[in-house]
Amino acid sequence: MLLVLRGGRVIDPSRGVDEVTDVIIRNGHIQYIGPFSPPTNGSSLLVNRGQKEVPNSFPSQETTNIKFYDCAGLVITPGFIDMHVHLREPGFEHKETIATGTEAAAAGGFTTIVATPNTKPAVDNRAVVEYVLERGRAALVNVLTTGAATKCNEGAEMAEIGDMVEAGAVAISDDAFPLQSADLMRRVMEYAKMFNIPVLAHCEDKSMTRDAVMNEGVTCTVLGLRPWPRQAEEIMIWRNILLADLTGCALHVQHVTTAGGVEAIKWAKSRGIRVTCETCPQYFSLTDDALTSFDTNAKCNPPLRTQADVDAIKAGLADGTIDVIATDHAPHAREDKEVEMQEAAFGMVGLETALSLVITNLVKSGVLSIGEAIEKMTAAPARVLGLSSGALIEGGSADITVIDPEANVTIRSSEFKSLGRNTPFEGFELAGRVVATIVAGEVVSGELRCGELMMEKK
Amino acid sequence: MQLKRKDILGLQDMTAEEIGLILDTAESYKEILSRPVKKVPILRGKSICTLFYENSTRTRCSFELAAKIMSADTTSVSVSGSSIQKGESFKDTLLTLEAMGMDLFVIRHSASGAPHFAARVVKSGVVNAGDGMHEHPTQGLLDMLTIRENKGRIEGLKVLIVGDIMHSRVARSNLWGLSKMGAEVRICGPATLLPVGVDKLPVKTYTDLDEAIDGVDVVNVLRIQLERMDRGFFPSIREYSKFYGVSKTRLKRAKPDVLVMHPGPMNRGIEITPEVADGEFAVITDQVTNGVAVRMALLYLLLGGGGSVVSA
Repeated sequence: MLLVLRGGRVIDPSRGVDEVTDVIIRNGHIQYIGPFSPPTNGSSLLVNRGQKEVPNSFPSQETTNIKFYDCAGLVITPGFIDMHVHLREPGFEHKETIATGTEAAAAGGFTTIVATPNTKPAVDNRAVVEYVLERGRAALVNVLTTGAATKCNEGAEMAEIGDMVEAGAVAISDDAFPLQSADLMRRVMEYAKMFNIPVLAHCEDKSMTRDAVMNEGVTCTVLGLRPWPRQAEEIMIWRNILLADLTGCALHVQHVTTAGGVEAIKWAKSRGIRVTCETCPQYFSLTDDALTSFDTNAKCNPPLRTQADVDAIKAGLADGTIDVIATDHAPHAREDKEVEMQEAAFGMVGLETALSLVITNLVKSGVLSIGEAIEKMTAAPARVLGLSSGALIEGGSADITVIDPEANVTIRSSEFKSLGRNTPFEGFELAGRVVATIVAGEVVSGELRCGELMMEKK
Repeated sequence: MQLKRKDILGLQDMTAEEIGLILDTAESYKEILSRPVKKVPILRGKSICTLFYENSTRTRCSFELAAKIMSADTTSVSVSGSSIQKGESFKDTLLTLEAMGMDLFVIRHSASGAPHFAARVVKSGVVNAGDGMHEHPTQGLLDMLTIRENKGRIEGLKVLIVGDIMHSRVARSNLWGLSKMGAEVRICGPATLLPVGVDKLPVKTYTDLDEAIDGVDVVNVLRIQLERMDRGFFPSIREYSKFYGVSKTRLKRAKPDVLVMHPGPMNRGIEITPEVADGEFAVITDQVTNGVAVRMALLYLLLGGGGSVVSA
């Protein structure tokens, strides 16, 4: 079986490719990227490499079994990678499961997602790593996982990092349970470095965020909600940068939201410290004004900030300070959100709105080229985590996303595949749609137009 | 004339005209309170539920009395602690009570925005009787009524609010209401109790009380919530009292006919000295009386329209 994605604009930032051409997929792998010429004599299949026609290795009987997908007007990219996804399983299956979370990922164009370790039990030992990976193998997209930095995410004793890495954990993280002890964070970094994996840090000084609900500032003051100062995030970013400098460990700062955070990371990079970072679509799409109506779906951790921060995040994306766009997909059940603001759970779903927010708020508005935007969702997270995916490589697994950047979409949470409906973007009219998601050569979400078989059948 | 709204959630989103209408109505209703038989049939057949998730004496009594004077039927529900701890969610409690036929909910809640949430859940009207650190609109209205009654106007007056601004819903409702009505609002408190960004609101901000009190027409003294002491906002009650207590000496810097107000309950000897609390400038009990009048007016303006028009 041969699959041909015909006439799309192929963008692979990892190799600087941006051209209208074809992608030929065979047995789950990318066979060839380049103009595809159907055989004219009905006996052998030829592909066109540049000017010269070369016979390829396809057996002739395959010529009757070719599926063409017409991708004219569409963009073909490496499958997106989301390195920050709360899959909630095990423990919180009423919020999301690995099955539903990966369906949501597929719908959003993600072919690889990385699970956070804040489950119950926590992903803090080999058995739970193996459980998540095992469940992930049956899922629609590739599932990877991080391991917790400390046992039970308690911030006290280091978890069995080495064993988890051997079992397949791609990074260590203190997500949702930021390590307050600088000394412990130092040890975790020193130790993780031995296994050549990055430490993904949720930067929050909890002494400054007790009972906090939203960004400290005038909107918060008017609403009378508990303030979450930006400095709670920035202090920890600085601390972790200093510890990365001390230990030489690769630090990846999760969900950067403030202008000061971007500045800190820029400084660290200029000093040659091994630091990368991510932001999420909500942090360049919304400000803390989204909480004015007491909409609990706009409550997230870290909180939405101000317009000046949104501008700084965009500038950081444009100048390369911010490497990665991740979603921090945080599904919650209705009852977790249909409560008073201070009781409501933190977080919003993100997998199924990410691409449209990126296209609308970054690409259409001229912050990033489409290639730069795709890079931050493909090659960049692959680089941070040391993955071989995130690129369109001949011989590599056919993990591909096909998007229509010009399509208009209206966000409707009722259509989400995720169990979580907690989005602050309900009803938003955005540009950019995921047309199809292909994992190992299989279309796992969306639909492509079948093209004509422009060849003689035997 | 009626209010064209289902709910009263805060003074921030009300117009000066609406506030004026409520104050005028309250002024005319106040007379009922001095009658030998304090009962009018204006809201006969209406059911009002006071739903209090926080302790309250004056606000709750005031609403219930206002409703009873207007001949409405009242049901009161008290929940100690949060709804979550109780097991039933706030939403379910509201839906249950609404199904019993409540026309209006009066809600006090420790969570800012809880009445807004309620207003989305129920079709009945909602009056915010104080939500977290957000707003306490009826307190703001009764404070304004008290000022207007004593000064004949609000516009052009200098009003100082002193104390724990950060945690105070009274301060927020007052600053919105007073600024809309044309007063100059000053706020004063230790820097640790002035919320970030407050300088962007229509107020003048001070940390020095002697400077703040200079030439003001009204001093509204906020209660220091002793339960917040563990968060270390100021070193001691003694020091707070020294720098921010409203005393007779300090009051000399204000206008000679200054009004002293306090939303209660008072910590005598801490934020206000007993001589000031009981002194000639204090209108603290007037505030309480006006509270009943303001709430009668609000209930009428929200519920009185629907065909059952009876003159007061």
